[in-house]
Amino acid sequence: MEQVTSAATVELRHLDNLWIQVSGTRCNIACRHCFNNSGPRATAFGLMTFDTVNRAIAAAAARGVREIYFTGGEPFLHAQLLEMITCALTVAPTTVLTNGMLVSDRIADSLAALASEARYSLEVRVSLDGYTEQMNDAIRGRGVFRLALAGAVRLAQRNLLPLITIVRTWDDGDELAMLAAFTRVLREAGCDRPRIKVLPPLPLGRELTRVAGLQRGECVTTAMLEGFDRDLLMCSNSRLVTDRGIWVCPLLVEHQDARLGTTLDEAASSYELQHQACVTCWRYGTICGNVSAHIEGPDIAAAPEAR
Amino acid sequence: MTRFALIGGIYSNWRALETALSDVARRQVEATFCLGDLGAFGPYPDRVFPLLEQAGVLCLQGNYDNSLATGLADCQCGYTDPRDNHFARLSYDYTFRNTSPAHKAWLGALPMSRRLDVNGTRLLLCHGSPRKINEFLWESTSPDGFLRYLLEDADADVLCVTHTGIKWHRDLGGGRHVVNVGALGRPENDGTPRVWYALLTIGGTVHVEFVPVRYDHEALAADMHAERLPGEFIETILSGWWTTCLEVLPQKERARGRF
Repeated sequence: MEQVTSAATVELRHLDNLWIQVSGTRCNIACRHCFNNSGPRATAFGLMTFDTVNRAIAAAAARGVREIYFTGGEPFLHAQLLEMITCALTVAPTTVLTNGMLVSDRIADSLAALASEARYSLEVRVSLDGYTEQMNDAIRGRGVFRLALAGAVRLAQRNLLPLITIVRTWDDGDELAMLAAFTRVLREAGCDRPRIKVLPPLPLGRELTRVAGLQRGECVTTAMLEGFDRDLLMCSNSRLVTDRGIWVCPLLVEHQDARLGTTLDEAASSYELQHQACVTCWRYGTICGNVSAHIEGPDIAAAPEAR
Repeated sequence: MTRFALIGGIYSNWRALETALSDVARRQVEATFCLGDLGAFGPYPDRVFPLLEQAGVLCLQGNYDNSLATGLADCQCGYTDPRDNHFARLSYDYTFRNTSPAHKAWLGALPMSRRLDVNGTRLLLCHGSPRKINEFLWESTSPDGFLRYLLEDADADVLCVTHTGIKWHRDLGGGRHVVNVGALGRPENDGTPRVWYALLTIGGTVHVEFVPVRYDHEALAADMHAERLPGEFIETILSGWWTTCLEVLPQKERARGRF
């Protein structure tokens, strides 16, 4: 049982980030560390309709949303993803989180055209968990490395520089060597300006069974938030829409207590941080958003203004 | 009609600051405001302070200034990339070592935001955003709806910021504007050595003009070389392309650069 004593409660300060679980938990692969147990036969969440997605984007736009993220599962399994990205880009900068395997020349051409025509940035985050076929495929499945890298290279060749997202599965002391190796392999493959984002492993989904020794039963307490910059917590600035309602954040989709309603108005309520994944978010901050989205720093509203 | 000069991101580039302030002096402005980040990147950090004082520039605190004044371990730019962190550390350690205690204390006393009312037009000046001193407002990741929210939340019609190092202006209609005034400290990743500041004119309407500053960037490069600052920083001053601190650039701004 997870300990919930003195769990902290966090208000939604502003809907900066709208996450859209557009393909539900449907994925063409089943990574060993997947935090929401996505896979070819995963049916916990289904594909979202074009109308539902458009309504969510419009509702978020009315609230002054800052960024839109498409996630899954694998978003490119949704046949209307490109139309949805087009719609999202009229409202806000947009990011797609993909395993890269389905990024064909045709899709890369379309994404590059969308990126160059839009006022706002289009980011494509391609997941890779090893810089060799052996390392990556041990986690993400046989044959994945070759296809994912090819997808990333297609984007890079069109100057749509993918953000390579890597879950840290090595010791801290190996960090520099690992990143150097990733950079070298990406360059050699044709991504001549590699961009890399490293994520901490999340104590959720298959990761709980993949790695022994993860601490159980922790939660974020009120005391832990004293003097802490709450902007680093996703629940203070994000919500996730799915085909089954709105959740507080992408990490907690398997927890019913994290389902806050069916509209963004309902889902604007505060949330009690009851889960171990909340501790990961508290510890590392900014884990799901893009690099420069939320950075720890002084809140200037508290400081006296000059006139 | 009221006109202000808005400068930001000085990054110890005392030569560009000197040239820009001479240019401003010819333009009959009501006041000159600096939106912060006096140090970083460039040589001889203490040289910018007398220039700002002599020109009567009203300064705000940036994240770099906040770090220097409070003795923090880093500049609060939030890099996670080891290469960016390596260069950010070199820059911060050099600037920290070479900024006098009196100037650090002066930075610590600066306000983090400033409000002005110009015939009913409400201006808010700050370094990053009205929310945070180090929040990046890039052109390609600051959608209209979000900017309207920031203005409404801050009770302002015109918001002026810096922090990213690349200028932009958005007219949101109804007299509402957001201006990123750019930086004097380093070129804006466009392959030219020039740097920028902004002129804000408020009459019946709000008018924004960005002013290019061409200064003796080769002399600055020589200063940096003499101070043994990294070759990567000098290359940026000479070529106009960013070579470090690239991680925080969104896709659109990153794709326009060389590195």
